[in-house]
This record gives sequence, C-alpha cells and structure tokens, in this order.
Amino acid sequence: MSRELFKFKGGVHPPEHKAESNTRPVHAAPLPKKLVIPLRQHIGNPAKPVVEVGDRVLKGQLIGAADGYISAAVHASSSGIVSAIGPAVVPHVSGLPDECITLSTDGLDEWIVHAPLDYRAMEPSDLRMRLRDLGIAGLGGAVFPSAVKLDPGATHSCPTLILNGGECEPWITCDDVLMRTRADDILQGVAVMRHLLGSTEILIGIEDNKPEAIAAMQAAAQKMDYAIEVVAVPAIYPGGGAKQLIKTLTGREVPSGKLSTDIGIQVFNVGTAYALARAVHHGEPLISRLVTVTGHVLRPQNMEVLIGTPMHTLITLAGDRDGTTGVLMGGPMMGMPMPDLDVPVVKATNCILVKSRDLFPPLPAALPCIRCTRCADACPAELQPQELFRFAKTGDFGRAQEYHLFDCIECGCCSYVCPSHIPLVDFYRYAKSEIWAREKEKRAADLARERHEFRQFRLEREKKEKAEKLAAKAQAKRAELAAAPATEGPAQTDADAKKALIAAALARAQAKKAEVAPKNVDHLPPEKQREIEEIEARRAKIRELARQPLETDEKKS
Amino acid sequence: MASPFIIDRSSVTQVMAWVLAALLPGIAVYVWLFGPGILVTLSLATVTALAAEAVMLKARGYPAKPFLMDLSAIVTAWLLALSLPSLAPWWLIVTGTLFAIVVAKHLYGGLGQNIFNPAMVGYAVLIVSFPVQMTQWAGPLELTATPLTLAQSASVIFGGDVPKATLDAVTMATPLDALRTGLLQQHTVDEIMTQSIFGHYGGIGFEWLAGAFLLGGLVLWALRIISWQVPLAFLAGIWLAAGFLHFFDAGRFGAPWFHLFAPSVMLGAFFIATDPVSGATTPRGKLIFGFGAGLLTIIIRTWGGYPDGVAFAILLMNLCVPLIDQYTQPRVYGETKKTRAPPA
Amino acid sequence: MITAILVMVAIAVVTGLVLGWSAIRFKVEGNPLAEKIDAILPQTQCGQCGFPGCRPYAEAIAKGEADINQCPPGGEEGVKKLAELLGVEPKPLDETHGTPKPKSVAFIDEQTCIGCTLCIQACPVDAISGAAKQMHTIIAVECTGCELCLPPCPVDCITMVPIAEDLPHWKWKHPVVMLKQVSGEARA
Repeated sequence: MSRELFKFKGGVHPPEHKAESNTRPVHAAPLPKKLVIPLRQHIGNPAKPVVEVGDRVLKGQLIGAADGYISAAVHASSSGIVSAIGPAVVPHVSGLPDECITLSTDGLDEWIVHAPLDYRAMEPSDLRMRLRDLGIAGLGGAVFPSAVKLDPGATHSCPTLILNGGECEPWITCDDVLMRTRADDILQGVAVMRHLLGSTEILIGIEDNKPEAIAAMQAAAQKMDYAIEVVAVPAIYPGGGAKQLIKTLTGREVPSGKLSTDIGIQVFNVGTAYALARAVHHGEPLISRLVTVTGHVLRPQNMEVLIGTPMHTLITLAGDRDGTTGVLMGGPMMGMPMPDLDVPVVKATNCILVKSRDLFPPLPAALPCIRCTRCADACPAELQPQELFRFAKTGDFGRAQEYHLFDCIECGCCSYVCPSHIPLVDFYRYAKSEIWAREKEKRAADLARERHEFRQFRLEREKKEKAEKLAAKAQAKRAELAAAPATEGPAQTDADAKKALIAAALARAQAKKAEVAPKNVDHLPPEKQREIEEIEARRAKIRELARQPLETDEKKS
Repeated sequence: MASPFIIDRSSVTQVMAWVLAALLPGIAVYVWLFGPGILVTLSLATVTALAAEAVMLKARGYPAKPFLMDLSAIVTAWLLALSLPSLAPWWLIVTGTLFAIVVAKHLYGGLGQNIFNPAMVGYAVLIVSFPVQMTQWAGPLELTATPLTLAQSASVIFGGDVPKATLDAVTMATPLDALRTGLLQQHTVDEIMTQSIFGHYGGIGFEWLAGAFLLGGLVLWALRIISWQVPLAFLAGIWLAAGFLHFFDAGRFGAPWFHLFAPSVMLGAFFIATDPVSGATTPRGKLIFGFGAGLLTIIIRTWGGYPDGVAFAILLMNLCVPLIDQYTQPRVYGETKKTRAPPA
Repeated sequence: MITAILVMVAIAVVTGLVLGWSAIRFKVEGNPLAEKIDAILPQTQCGQCGFPGCRPYAEAIAKGEADINQCPPGGEEGVKKLAELLGVEPKPLDETHGTPKPKSVAFIDEQTCIGCTLCIQACPVDAISGAAKQMHTIIAVECTGCELCLPPCPVDCITMVPIAEDLPHWKWKHPVVMLKQVSGEARA
C-alpha cells in the first residue's frame, strides 16, 4: 500500500476484545413473537405512523412514513398484526418511553411485493427520496438519514468517498464480519453512492487489526471496473471516527462546525453501504442489521437481527450467564447503558455488550483534577478537556463554548486516561444538553417577545383604525343627513343625526348577529345539542336583560 | 454514569508513587555524599505532612483514606525536605511542612486546587522568616574531616547538645552561597571558583546530586509522567540567561554549567516546575512557564537578596499560569481562523 | 499654588469637554440597560411582577423602580442573572409575586369551551386560535404558560398542563461524583 497515511493527535489503545465474537458464523436470529419498532430511530423528524392498531402488515411494509427532508421511514420487520401504537421504552440512557409501533408477528414472515430499483435510470432526487422511504440511515452509530448525505448539493461536489470500516471500538465486530462475508454487496452499495455523489476517488479505511476483512474487501474491489483503494489504517481508538478517518486517509481536517462535504469528502459506514445495496438491488427496506452480542455471554457472536427484536432474546440466544451487571448498546467507550432488556434493537444497535464484574470492574471513586493534561494528550479533537471540565462543573457554559466544547466527539479517551477517574464525558454531555436547553428557552422567549410586541402593535393599530373609521363614517353620515334636510324638516339637529347613526349601527349589528350561525355544531349528539340550546337560551335571556334598561332609558327621554 | 465504562490502569497514587521513586536516586546520592542526615529530615517532613493532611481532611469533611492514599502529601514533604538545608532544626522542618500542607494546599481547596506549589511556598516562608537557620548545610563528606553519623545528625536536627565545634566542622556554605558572598566581596568568579567547595561544574558532591535528580527526572519523562516541555524550557532558560551574562562579563557572572548543575535546578526542573496542579497546561504554555522560571531563577540569583531563586521563580510563574494558559490555547481539530475565539 | 489650581481646572475642563463630546458622539438610542434586562426576563408576559409585561418590568428595574426578585417564572436563576448584570447582591424571590412553578402550557377542554373569545383577548402572545362561537385551541409551542387566560374564562375550561419530560427534551444531569458523599458529611 503506497498511500501516505497521516496521524491524528491523541487516541488510546484499550484492549480490543474482538476475537471473542468475530470467529463464530453469522446466523439470523429467530423471529420473535413481538417486534417493537420505534418511530424515532434516526436523526431528524420521527417517522409518522401510517398504519392503525389491528392492521395486518407484511414484512417490509411501510408503517411509519418519513416526515420532512431530514427523516427516514420505518418498516415492518416481519408480517403480523399491529398491536399497539404509542409510547414504549426505547434504547436510550434516560429510560424514557418514545413513540413505537408494536407488531405481533404471525410467524409467516410474508414479504410485501418489492422490486429492485433501476438506479441508473432514476432521477437522483427521486432515488434519494426512495432511499429515504426505504428507511436507509447511517448504521455506524449516528443514524443520520443517508438520503441527505447522498445529496452533493448544487454547488458542492464530493470527489472523495470514504467507506468507514474502522470499527475502532473494543468488543464490536459486526462491521468486521460484514466485510468478511458480504464484501461484494458492500461494494454494490458503494457503486450507488458513487453514482449519486459523483465521486472520483473511493477509499475504504479498515483498521489493520482486521486482516481478513481487508483481504476480502481487496478481493472484491479488484472485481470492480473502477479504482477502489482498500487502505489498512493503524488500529487506534477512535481511528474509526469519521473526522479521524478523514485525517488519517487524506491528511485534511473537517473545519470546526462544518460538514465533511464542505471539503469534498463524504464518509459512510460499511453497514450503510450494505443496506443501500439491499435497498437498490432488492428493493428491501432497512429492516434488519448485523448485531454483535458479546461480553459476558456463553457464545459471543454476530447475528442478523430484525429491527424491533427485544434485546433479551438475543442475549438468551448467545447464552446468558450469572453475574451480569448490566447491558450496553454499543461498545465500552461510547455505548449507552440500557434501562431495560425489553428494549428493541434499532438501526443504531451495532452491539449488545453484556457486562460483568470481571470484565467491567466498577470504576474507582473520582479524585479532584490534578491538571496533569493526560486527557489533553489523549483527546483526538485536540481540546483541553481539563479546562472544559472546570467550566462544565461550575456551569460556566460560555467559557466552555469558547474552548470548543461542541468540537468534542464524546469518544471517552479523556475519561479513559484520567488518573483521577473523573467521568469527564458526562460533564461535557451535561454542559452540551444544558446549552441546548438554554438556547431553546432563549428562542422560545424571543418568539414570545416578538409575538407580544406584535400584539401590542396590533392592538394599537386596531384602536387607531377603529377611531379613524368611526370618524370617517360619522363624517359621511352627517354629510348625507345634511344633504337631505328637507325631507326630515328643519327641526333636525345634530343630536338627532347622532341618534339616527346609532340606530343604523344597531340595525346593522343585529343583522350581522343573525347571520353568524354557530359553527362546529353539525352532527352533534342530542344531549350536546340540548346543552347548546340551553346555553343559547341563557344567552338570549342575558341579551334581553341587557336591552331592557336601554329601552327604559329611551322611554324616559 | 455513562460511557466510557473502561479505564486505563493509571491513578493519582501511581503518578505520585513514580515521582517518589524517581527521587530515590537523588536521595541515595545525597546519603552517600553528604551523610545520612537527610533521612531524618525526610522522615520528619513525611510524618508531619501526613498528620497535617489527615487533620485538614477531617476538618474539611473529606474522607481521609483515598486522599492520604494519593501520596501527594508525601511528595510535597520530600520536595520540601530536599530543598531545606540538611541540618535544619526540627521546628524549621515542621513549620515549613505545616505551612505547605495547611496553608498552601488545603486553605486553597486541597488536592488540585492550590495555585502555588506547596513545597515551594513552605520553602519561601522559611527562607524569608528564618534566613540564618536556612544556611545549616552539611558539607560534602569529601571535605569533612569527621562526618556526622545518623544519630548525630538527628541530635543536631532535634536541638540536642552538639558541640559548636563539631557543627562548625560539618556545616559549610553551599556553592551558590559561596559564589554570592564572593561576588559581594568584589572577587571575580575565577577567584571564587578556586575554593575547595567547587568541583567540575557545580560544587563537589552537589553536581553529583544534581546528576542524580536529572536521572530521576529523565525516568519520569520516559514514563510520560512529566512532559518534556517544562524541564527543557526551564533548563534552557537558565542556561541561556546565565550564558548571556557570563558571555558579557565572565568575571562577575557564574558559568551557565555551574548554574545548571546546582541540585535545586535539577530538582526544580524535573520535580517542582512539573507539578501539574500549579503549572501551565497547554504545550506552549508549558514552554513559557518553564522558560520564565529559568530566567527568573538566574535573575534572582544574580540580583536578588537570596543565593538561590528556584523557589521564588517557580512561585512567580505559578501566578502567571492562568494568563499563560488563556493565551496559549492550542488549535483544536478543524479549527479555522474564523472559528477561533479571541481569548476572553 | 495657582499653577496647581489652573492645571486642575484645565484638566477638569478638558475631560469635561471630552465627556460631553463623547456623550453626543456615542449616544445610544433607547435604553440599553432595559434592553439587557428584558433579554434576561423569560418573556412569559404573565404580569406577576405587577407590570403589564416583561418589557415594562425591565424598564422599571432599569429606572430603579422595581426590585429584581419579582419574576417567579424566571426563578432564582433569573434573579441571579439580573443581579450579575446590575452588579447587586442576588436575593430570594419575593413570594408576594408568586412562586416558581414547573413550566406548563394551557390546555382548553374543547368539550366545555363555548367560544366566547375572552381568553383570546387575554392572551399576551396571541397563542390561542379560534373565533366567536368556535372552539378555541392553544398553540402549544407559542404558549408561555402565563395563566392570564384562566381568570377570564366563564366556563373554566382552561387548565395548565405541566410539560412532561420526553426524549427530545431530556437533559443530561450534572454528574454526581465528588468525594464529599463518600465522607457522608455534607457541607452546607
């Protein structure tokens, strides 16, 4: 390999633990009785349900439609009956429920009619919308809708396409196994990406601790009729982070706060390429993925899992053991603890890591920061984590942002090396979400201020307009009355003119009132109708009462 | 608590233990060339520091065990003990250590919060308050007719009845003292250097002690416990400043090698200026911090009121750390001119 | 002596001129202090402070006519921010103006609503849509939770519903790590 590689700063070498799971053959996990499919599995707007409870759906049928440009659809992973639509616990640290569609599977696994897409003949924007509606999103962890990433935009071109086979997190091997076993399909997906992005250079970055995957991908790449460079990159965490991989392969850095497309580079996970290939060449939506089930289980392995499968079934399948102390979704560096083992596998689930006391001893108690800057040496974003920690801890969020808090990729290297064992990343997550919440609040306050000011302005304007209108009308009426004095006699005075005006206005108002028929009262149940009649009667009475004194007054005068 | 769920095996205790271990060659050379008295000083400082630490932790409502286990108090005690004259009276050692632990460390907020290096604060307080007692250095054994035994040293330190003649026979001006006194008496450097205390580079014995500290420091650097920037910049600051002065007037200013091979410089460069808590954190900041401390050391040695300036130089640079850090923030990944925030 | 006096007078005159000139040259339109205070206030427009809206309250604070602790929706944090801006000591919220409540939005029970438009007229941010004799609805994203629509409603069909924490609004909490709990001794 002649390609010159670059080194990004920082990084750590945690024990890899890949061998546990990457040698066993891949099996499809059996069809569960119940599938829980969250509507929010991707970044962007959650999908909108298009089925109802009781509907029978087929495997691959659209059940949640993409809502807007940055969104992705969700599909039934198998055939069955929709048994519930509503909040259910999803794989998220908070343990909060979110909107899900629950299917009771019928065991038939009956596919909906689907056909391959002739992507070369399709309009690129149509193709992207099709991919969005097939639910394709990044499977590397961020789950960003792929259709958006496949749009090079009007002005940007994307000459370099990088396929990310880094998989730097310890324990996880699903990408490794995917590359070993389905290299050709992955490259079919790459072809579609190349077609949409117009890329001229295609690089596949794979960490050098996966020689079998590198060999398989190289063999597959040689069959293609254009150049694909499979590059072995040094194994270092987080070498598989998109920004780090870009730096390693091209020596370029994604500008802070920008996207990689701004420098003409787009990065996709190998799993995403595979899903894309299934979508285009088979018309299959994203309803299953490879999941590594490893850690404290009897048979660590990779499985082909339907989206929505409860995690505990997979752990049982891999052989659960006594002494489990928790389950992570993802790896030990960036994974999330699962609140419940009933939570379903989602598009983001690359790994189910079962913890035990031996494999993951409880972290020692934290000591104060001694500013040793080991975290700064380990930080791949080249931040000063010790300063960010100080600002986040004391709530000095402004300074935290000045020190580039939002360039933090939460890779966990700083916490990993910290001799004081401070959960640094937790502090950064806290600071980030606090800043987001405040910005949201600020936006809401600005909106409220604007609307309040507009209301003040409107009231002022209405008052003015009313006054003007009245004045003008009075003027006109007076002129009219003045123009016809003969008919009414010379006794006509100014006061009479006013009275006539009032009378005319009253008549107009009455007429108008009669015109306004109550709306929203069609097809009401009889009791409601009765209620309305009662209210109307009451109102009429009040009106009557209100008129009486006026009339007596008039009589008096 | 969320990710990451694994950690490296390092700990504060481990870091501090390595620092202590790296001081051992220096201590061994100290004993070998200057007699076993230093062991008494070290022990007394250690006991005082641990006791003070325990009391302060209790008073501040912190658990004693994890914080005593971190060994940071012992590091402070050893660094102070190695900076003190080897025959300093016991109350001097106790006062210095207490001041370092109680005031400089705990009243500033304890581990990780002190803006000044505690050992150097203790030293500064002592040299300002008790300048006479701070000159009781045991001379190198090579120049001493009847060296003190361990018991005799202890007796001197604890104010026992030691004949003044015996004491006078072992105490001696340090090379830096000798240089300073000589210069004040209008001697040239060359004349002063003919005194018996001076060796190849520094003083007899002292240069070997400096070498032992250098060795320990290099071990710490090889283990990545300390960064290379601070020691290198510190030594460079001393060498350049002393060399500059020496170049212009070799008669009035000591040679750069002489300044470099004082034990306090090597101890300061590798063990004190590298204290992470009170030092700069950015790579460029560390260079500035070290260089500034080196420069100030020579300035204080040359024009100041005290023979040595390492402690004051480091304390002065400690003061500048927030400023240095703020103005030397390194470029982050993907940072462009546009996204760079001005230091506020 | 006389020179000294003359010098002092000259300095006074010169600085006076400079000050006067810069007052004209760098004149800032409007009341920047009130503006800054208004930016801190939560814009609930609830009037609990005793002023008809956030802006008038901000102006009153700027003029020194109102205290900084009269805004319950802003809470203690708001008081702290105001104190920081004005360089005064923060103080506890004045309970006579109400106590902070969890953030809520108004909800109209559409079964009961008679479509009287009274709440529409009361809403300070036009967050209620509807017309005479038609059911009214709160535009939840624009509702500030000021509760001003509650009293005018003749049929009491409006209730305040606290905003429940859901996934998009979930926040990471401040990590609890430090040492003190190990000792079991809290420092108040």
